[in-house]
Amino acid sequence: MAHSGPMTDWRKAKLPVFAFLAPATILYTLFMIYPLIDSIRLSFFSATNGGDLAFVGLDNYRTVLSDPDWSHTFWNSFWNNMKFFAVHMLVQNPIGIALAAVLSLPRLKLRNTYRTLIFMPTMLSVVIVGFIWQLILSPVWGVGADILDIVGLKSLFGPWLGKEGSALITMAFISVWQWVGIPMMLIYAALLAIPEDLVDAAIVDGATHFEVFWHIKLPLVLPTVAMVSILTFVGNFNAFDLIYAVKGALAGPNFSTDIMGTLFYRTFFGYQLQLGSPTLGATVASLMFLIILAGVLFYLFVVQRRLSRYQL
Amino acid sequence: MSNKLLAKGLAGALAASVALVPLMAQAGDLVIESWRNDDIDIWNDKIIPAFNEKHPDIHVSFKPTTPTEYNAALNAKLSGGTAGDLIACRPFDASLELYKQGNLASLNDLAGMDNFSDVAKSAWQTDDGSTTFCVPMASVIHGFIYNKEAFEEVGVEVPKTTEEFFQVLDKIKEDGTYVPMAMGTADQWEAATMGFQNIGPNHWNGEEGRKALIDGSQKFTDKPYVDTFAELARWKDYLPDGFEAISYPDAQNLFSLGRAAIYPAGSWDISLFNKQADFKFSAFPPPAPAGSDTCYISDHTDIGMGLNAKSKNAEEAKVFLEWMTGPDFAKLYSNALPGFFSLSNAKVDIEDPVAQEFVSWRQKCKSTIRNSYQILSRGTPNLENELWNISAQVINGTLTPEEGAKKAEDGLQKWYAPHQK
Repeated sequence: MAHSGPMTDWRKAKLPVFAFLAPATILYTLFMIYPLIDSIRLSFFSATNGGDLAFVGLDNYRTVLSDPDWSHTFWNSFWNNMKFFAVHMLVQNPIGIALAAVLSLPRLKLRNTYRTLIFMPTMLSVVIVGFIWQLILSPVWGVGADILDIVGLKSLFGPWLGKEGSALITMAFISVWQWVGIPMMLIYAALLAIPEDLVDAAIVDGATHFEVFWHIKLPLVLPTVAMVSILTFVGNFNAFDLIYAVKGALAGPNFSTDIMGTLFYRTFFGYQLQLGSPTLGATVASLMFLIILAGVLFYLFVVQRRLSRYQL
Repeated sequence: MSNKLLAKGLAGALAASVALVPLMAQAGDLVIESWRNDDIDIWNDKIIPAFNEKHPDIHVSFKPTTPTEYNAALNAKLSGGTAGDLIACRPFDASLELYKQGNLASLNDLAGMDNFSDVAKSAWQTDDGSTTFCVPMASVIHGFIYNKEAFEEVGVEVPKTTEEFFQVLDKIKEDGTYVPMAMGTADQWEAATMGFQNIGPNHWNGEEGRKALIDGSQKFTDKPYVDTFAELARWKDYLPDGFEAISYPDAQNLFSLGRAAIYPAGSWDISLFNKQADFKFSAFPPPAPAGSDTCYISDHTDIGMGLNAKSKNAEEAKVFLEWMTGPDFAKLYSNALPGFFSLSNAKVDIEDPVAQEFVSWRQKCKSTIRNSYQILSRGTPNLENELWNISAQVINGTLTPEEGAKKAEDGLQKWYAPHQK
């Protein structure tokens, strides 16, 4: 190894390094890597009539991707997932950035109160969030219609959670409402790390707050924004709980809110009279893994490399 | 005490306690798995104490899971070897599969099984009827619960035929005080269970049609099924505004708050309404199409109790199951849970008036069970789940009755040989 300086002590340090890494490595391997690989292994098997597993190669993948019933459901849930992700990227993250920018304004009062209030929903249980929003939007009891009435827009109110056209978007907005605190906090932290003198210099040169944000702060926090995006991507493609809590595993109406997480649940565990199939479930899980992997790799090799980082 | 000694002592105590735990748990400790989490108080306050009066040495605990998660949780527990000794059985295929996998023990030689009719046992038997693996507990009956005071106010009578039914709905709608019918399609299952399976037997002649679907001599695209969907589609105009987003509890509340006149019901709703509604309510059976001389009701064998084949307390569990076959349990259960009707041959006096009304239909009408439960939900797509989706869509108006019927038939044709001819 061509290291110099402190790294020459590498050989001496070997034992402690391994000792410190070992617990995390062992736990991670045992509870993350092994189940992942085992689940991929399971996806190559199929249960026979006697209940034993028989190796079937890529048959399960062929079923999920080309059997008309399965492929329709799978791609439907995939596209729903894409829409779910798109709403988060177009709504949650810009709002998160805007909120962070406002919070970091030097003369803002009650900063901590706003921050806590906006961050609060992320700490609520998804089940509660789903329940609250179902109540708010309920056409029978909901305050949603009354609030719209106050601003004279009651005619716009509809059973949004029950219509095929609007259910998924509504669910995505509920999720945005809950999670917008996370990008806000991360970007806020990055904004705080920007040295005061950079901003001061720009103000002295006559820039407005908006120009300072657009030309100085935003480019400096772009790496954080990119990281938030990839977190959003992974989170959205693993999403399951909110949809399950509000719409159940059949993700109605007519599967319009079905995402890959609910599809996986239905396949693996079964639902009502439908019996679960662990092997097909593992196949869906593996496909989810591959899709998420592809997204992360795209981020690492295409997006991450083009981001310029400025030395502050 | 030196540290070493202390450590040894602690380790010893730990080992002893670990070794003792299974022993302590084994002394006749029975665990019941069930999806009826609503019933936990009744089991703890009434049923288990009644059992313990006769068998004080057997300790029983009721550990339910939420209904939609029950099958998944139970399968996981069974394969992990942590499932309870007694297992509440869903009717037909879900339990049959458990028996085939060796998770449920045969109960053929359990004393008291002859207290049940063949029909009662049919939901928990192998296809050839040779082995029964769960004690039949109860059935639920479908019909319509109505607000008596609302009917008086509006001036309508209980409808006998389908046309009368819609006339009643029209009148209530005209009057405007009440939502004519409280139901939503948000959870999808109500549309199929309280809608399709409730009014359908009158169209497909109960058991006759159900068996004809199984042997393939009838198809979903035939008249009885299209007619059922067509009748269902007419409900749309009488449901509350925004019914597409109204969930099952919403509909229950609408009715129990006195804001709706009619509620498409399962008899299990009675106990909730008894607690919450402060007006008089009763029930009527699904009105039959004009001109038909026989009425049919869905009297669905819904719940049984089986024995975990790997139970360590099989002897005690059998004692409990045997007690469940007797008249005491039948009486206790039917009255503790009005709307769950014992399947036992023993004569049970039901005290609740609405439950009495429901069960009286057994004398007038012919009973059948939900047509998607036996055999027809064995494949993918699963007919029961399909019917949820299709019935909800037919009511929402996103599928016509004909399209709905075709979708159900197409799904069945994919995997069920008798329908592929």
